Amino acid sequence: MATMRVNELAKDDLFWQIEYKHDRCTLCGRCVAACPFKAIEARVERRRKVISDDITPNPKVIFQTVPVIKQVVDEYNFCRGCGICEKVCPNDAIRPVRNPDHRFQAKYRSVTGDPFKRGGRNNLVTSARTLDKIKIGRISQMTDPSLDAQRHTFDLLAPFGRVLPPQEIPFEIKDGKLVERENTPPVRWIYPIIIGDMSIGALSWRMWEALAIATAYLNEEAGIPIRMCSGEGGVPVRLLKSRYLKYMILQIASGHFGWNRIINAMPDMVEDPAGILIKIGQGAKPGDGGLLQAKKVAKHIQEIRGVPKADLLSPPNHQGLYSIEESVQKMFLSFNAAFKFRVPVAIKVAASATSVSVYNNLLRDPYNIVGGFFLDGIDGGTGAAHEISLDHTGHPIVSKLRDCYLAAVHQGKQGQIPLWAAGGMGKGWNLAADAFKMICLGANGIFTGKLMLQLAGCVGNDNGKCNACNTGLCPVGICTQNPVLVKRLDIDKVAENIVNYFLSVDHELKKLMAPIGNSSLPVGRSDALIATDKAVADRLKIQYAC
Amino acid sequence: MCRIGAIKSRKYLHPSKALKLMRSQQKGHDNSGFAMVMQDLGGVFENYKDLPILSLACTDEGMRIADNILHEAGFVRIMQWAPETHPREWLKIEPMPNYIFLVLQYPKSYKYASKEEKEELLVDIRLKIRKALEVNDEGFVYSFWPDVLTLKEIGDPTDIGEYFGLWEENDELRAKIITAQCRQNTNYDIVRYAAHPFFLQGYTALANGENTFYEKNRDFQKKLYKGYIGFESDSQCFLYTLHYVHKILKWPLMYYKHVITPLPFEEIELREDREVLKKIRASLAHLEINGPNTIIGVLPDGTVFTCCDSKKLRPVVVGYTDDTAIITSEVTGINEILPDRDWEQDIYPNEREMVVINNDLEVQRWQQ
Ligand code: SF4
Ligand code: SF4
Repeated sequence: MATMRVNELAKDDLFWQIEYKHDRCTLCGRCVAACPFKAIEARVERRRKVISDDITPNPKVIFQTVPVIKQVVDEYNFCRGCGICEKVCPNDAIRPVRNPDHRFQAKYRSVTGDPFKRGGRNNLVTSARTLDKIKIGRISQMTDPSLDAQRHTFDLLAPFGRVLPPQEIPFEIKDGKLVERENTPPVRWIYPIIIGDMSIGALSWRMWEALAIATAYLNEEAGIPIRMCSGEGGVPVRLLKSRYLKYMILQIASGHFGWNRIINAMPDMVEDPAGILIKIGQGAKPGDGGLLQAKKVAKHIQEIRGVPKADLLSPPNHQGLYSIEESVQKMFLSFNAAFKFRVPVAIKVAASATSVSVYNNLLRDPYNIVGGFFLDGIDGGTGAAHEISLDHTGHPIVSKLRDCYLAAVHQGKQGQIPLWAAGGMGKGWNLAADAFKMICLGANGIFTGKLMLQLAGCVGNDNGKCNACNTGLCPVGICTQNPVLVKRLDIDKVAENIVNYFLSVDHELKKLMAPIGNSSLPVGRSDALIATDKAVADRLKIQYAC
Repeated sequence: MCRIGAIKSRKYLHPSKALKLMRSQQKGHDNSGFAMVMQDLGGVFENYKDLPILSLACTDEGMRIADNILHEAGFVRIMQWAPETHPREWLKIEPMPNYIFLVLQYPKSYKYASKEEKEELLVDIRLKIRKALEVNDEGFVYSFWPDVLTLKEIGDPTDIGEYFGLWEENDELRAKIITAQCRQNTNYDIVRYAAHPFFLQGYTALANGENTFYEKNRDFQKKLYKGYIGFESDSQCFLYTLHYVHKILKWPLMYYKHVITPLPFEEIELREDREVLKKIRASLAHLEINGPNTIIGVLPDGTVFTCCDSKKLRPVVVGYTDDTAIITSEVTGINEILPDRDWEQDIYPNEREMVVINNDLEVQRWQQ
């Protein structure tokens, strides 16, 4: 009996198993060349073959050495199921097959002593999302005619910036008209969907550039005033000095990466940025800082961020800030002052049991300086994280957004610090519906990240396919700095897909506003919604319908 | 659909005018009620212009409760007037036992009080009475304000007129401004408080239509002022916004329209005052209205105005002569009351317009 090492990793432990059809393979080698994870390799096998050379059958056995494509079985170069090999194979000879009985994460941890990391979203949720249990149930009929999505005009704009209560706006009456006595905090009216913060570094420069191109195109050609958040880690100087900066929300996180470049570029800026977003936390890995692994810190990233090639860890908190009041004073004041109080400054926190307290507190901010509350729930996630954080920490967004809105209603301060929420928006591929429902529940707008990657060609899904964003080997060039892989991404095509998607979203948003008879965003109009789930209805304080 | 109307005149008019104005528009309403607010009163009230009048519909017990509260607060009764009622079996009406209009003297302690203090007192007392009456359904208090009385009733407007003897002109009940509505609010329960016109501190508003931003409006208004209560009808929101913009914020009347139906951003950007308009739009986003509406409003100084939703989805027309102006849902109403006016002067306000009638009966058209 042969010896067997039961503790060794075997093919049946892996997430994905390569199904290889030897008889179809012409050994072109494309799959091996295409797999960025080195999860397959060309090997030789000794094969027994029965042949007959004579006119009459005269079988004889020969042994041959033949080249084959084999799956690699180890903890580092394992198949991610991305399907790139299948995509490139001209003969349908190879494909990954999901292994429902895998035990890979246990094996990985027990061998490496290292937490398992991956990209993508939470993998545990299998039931329908909360938003899918909500419908737009209040349809205008005879007494309040619905509008015509084609013919009527709609005001699809949301405020970004600190909105003052009317009695605090420094108005005086001159000749029967209101005039402003002095400046007030800046408020920008923008599209209610923001392309969420994904850093140049986490994304490849081509992906990031494609987003920036799509943003500029949507603004300048399509008339959709969408904004894009830079993510942490800086912005190319060329962009900082260009007029396109006005479409960019610059982010600063606890690592402060890239900010010296931004500050240095200030004298040369011809436009103000669209806003500043101070990231306190993110929903995909709440309580964790950012992590850009050294392998993704390519030369241009080093330049933009002003760092050497090393793991770039943003601490989980902003050092030196120990209370909400302090954060208001230090961060908001300083960043407002930096741009001479012309640029709205907002804050992004991970949705959590405590976010309502934070929001309540900010609403009472005496400086009127917080220009937006970005609330990020689980189910987002574009970059790398520890799996344990992705799957087991965080707070779903819908009820938390609702709680924040109702807390503002309770204070009579709804709308004063615009609420923006994200975390799985567009997960069912329909961003307009998600945005609309969130707005009815009280959001001024939403932001979205992962969906943008999926529009760009990310092959990942929520069932463990690919999710290799942490490896720096993204097979489609989206979140990698590897020049060979990055070249796989067609910038123009990606930009075009994103633009087209937003054109359809814009149309769909109107298609949802028209039947409820609203020509401006129905912020807080939860009476327009019904829930088909009693628990959801009760929790969100909306009508239950069955 | 509601039919609404406002008559403003240099002369004191009898409410039969309002009934006639409404009756000719009858096909448009469902005969579920009639309500009116009379301001700038003549007749039996003419000599009490500065004293607050409490408008009450209640049971005997309700009367006692209100009396006690007023007494306790130090108000002294100066005069009491009740319309003579004519109960008949066949009248379609659900009357209350008593309709009382009490003219009261302010408490002595308010002798040197400012106008504002008195105005707050009147709201406080009205809210207190309302709350006390609600406990056992003992009645309704509609207004408590100098020179104003309010009558609201459930039933067929013609019969309501009959019951109160309002079809016959007499010298008792007269006013220079009468606003009226036919039809109860049918979106919700038929409750007397839900009937327009709504009144608060000298402001009156009535509307024809549906406020689809009701929930937003209400949630926001609840925190703005103690008098913003009830919300039995989505149209109450229009009154509260009017009161808030004009009385509390002290903004000129033209901004009411900018608050409830803000200009589209494209148009705002073309205007010189864009920064002001954008500030207002951001700050009072929750007071915006959507949905089909026509609003008629009256200010404490007697100015009467009308405006529509931003798509002009409900009718309204203004007709006038030298001494009387009428704003109402349909022109048939005006034809009835002012048959000899120059009808070419009639105004059908557009979605961006406010038609404002001042105390000199000057009719102005303000473009938003
Ligand atoms: S599916 Fe992807 S990771 Fe797996 S072998 Fe094919 S290319 Fe490599
Ligand atoms: S394709 Fe790229 S971006 Fe998508 S999951 Fe895989 S590694 Fe991440």
